[in-house]
Amino acid sequence: MTIERIGDHILWKRQPPAVVAARFAGWLVLVAATLWCFEIMTRDTIWSFVLDAPRQGADLVGRMVPPRWGYIQELWWPMWETLNIATLGTMIAIVMALPVAFCAARNTTPSVLFVRPIALFIIVSSRSINSLIWALLLVSILGPGSFAGIIAIGLRSIGFLAKLIYEAIEEIDASQVEAITATGASGAQTLVYGIWPQILPAFAGVCVFRWDINIRESTVLGLVGAGGIGLNLQASLNVLAWPQVTLIFIVILATVVLSEWVSARVRHAFI
Amino acid sequence: MLRLEGLSKRYKTGDLALQNVDLRVPAGQVMALIGPSGAGKSTLIRCINRLVEPTAGRVVLGDTEITALSRNELRRARRRMGMIFQEYALVERLTVMENVLSGQLGHVGFWASYFRRFPQAAVDEAFSTLDRVGLSEHVDKRADALSGGQRQRVGIARAMLQRPEILLIDEPTASLDPKTSRQIMRLICDLCAERGLAAVINIHDVQLAQLFVQRVVGLQDGKIVFDGPPGDLTSEVLTQIYGEEDWTATVRRKRKAVDPDDEDPVLDEERLAGNV
Repeated sequence: MTIERIGDHILWKRQPPAVVAARFAGWLVLVAATLWCFEIMTRDTIWSFVLDAPRQGADLVGRMVPPRWGYIQELWWPMWETLNIATLGTMIAIVMALPVAFCAARNTTPSVLFVRPIALFIIVSSRSINSLIWALLLVSILGPGSFAGIIAIGLRSIGFLAKLIYEAIEEIDASQVEAITATGASGAQTLVYGIWPQILPAFAGVCVFRWDINIRESTVLGLVGAGGIGLNLQASLNVLAWPQVTLIFIVILATVVLSEWVSARVRHAFI
Repeated sequence: MLRLEGLSKRYKTGDLALQNVDLRVPAGQVMALIGPSGAGKSTLIRCINRLVEPTAGRVVLGDTEITALSRNELRRARRRMGMIFQEYALVERLTVMENVLSGQLGHVGFWASYFRRFPQAAVDEAFSTLDRVGLSEHVDKRADALSGGQRQRVGIARAMLQRPEILLIDEPTASLDPKTSRQIMRLICDLCAERGLAAVINIHDVQLAQLFVQRVVGLQDGKIVFDGPPGDLTSEVLTQIYGEEDWTATVRRKRKAVDPDDEDPVLDEERLAGNV
């Protein structure tokens, strides 16, 4: 970039010295701002509590082990319910996210001016509200129980799925679509032959990924009364039954590991 | 057969890709369209089936004015024009058979194509076409498992399944090695001869074009600057189409190739190499 002659040689640097100095100043400001913010954030911290933390933590862990294994008998059904909330919610979301995704993708939307903004708005509003908050709203509308949980998971997932699917649609190879169009295929046939095979791996991957996330999210829905294992978690926390809490954590962990394995298999199968 | 009248295309960016092009392709004629990159070759063949909408002018295929058709009529008209692409444009994750049968999409309804229930006549034709292009072993393979030459054969078979009257071919050999290029060009020209098809072939390789086609059209900056038999391509003509360069090697070899009475050793070697 910068060229300076020293005898026979040309001195080469990637950036001129002024840019290097400006970058250094930028980093300096960033570090200073971080320190300053940390100072403000910790103004109300009571440091003696923080210093005490290792002892408190050890005390809590001491009360949490050993887990109360016998409690497992009461967890089978809530865990099954949790899995069902996640799975049914994801299925509802997939059905609703597909048309939204095709309306949001630039290369498949019926109208960039009218339909696309509506689809994008659906995506943003679904994504901006956490499923716990959806559940809170739905429990007050539909009453407590797993139905509210299913709908909450579904509503939250539409935006996530539609966003990732429409990005996959926008990245497809246009020449394959062009070739199908050139055979005289209709719009629907072009979708099935030219577009769908190209997005299938991404679609399958995104769906099992969201299902995986939804299993984790549905474990806490019970905290607001929307069914699943969260109800047991809340009940145990309320009575300070720490050994039961430990067992719930273990069951959730096992389920999540299992769902990781399943989603890895599904993704592999669809490449 | 195919008639272009005053065809022009100006892209939204302002680039004038085609300027007032007039061209007639009689039935059964295989025509090469040569010219430098950016001369408008791809735009020209995409204007014929309106994958690119021409800005002005008429495209007439047989008795049908393509440029005057509604969307539905255009779909039906597109069935008569088979298209073959540079990067093959196969649907990579579908099987060879599905790709070939997709040439029939204009003839079958949505649900029949969705459930892959094509008429038996179409399936028979797909098998015989795959046999003709030498791919009967690979029917159930996925398209992305094939080599470049094999993929282009699938592309050719797909175009044939449309039972077209004309082939629009965009750089069929640009992604292939020299030997495969010759095999592909020979296959295309043989199929055209067997079925009496006309073809417009965009091609970069002037020598290859000269070996196989009956007519060469030179496009430069969106205008036709040459139209004649391959034997008329002289150094001056190539300079006019592509710009200043030493063309003697190209012209000399072509001279030998186009003279059918001359038993030329170079040509025979090339034929043999392509035939293996």
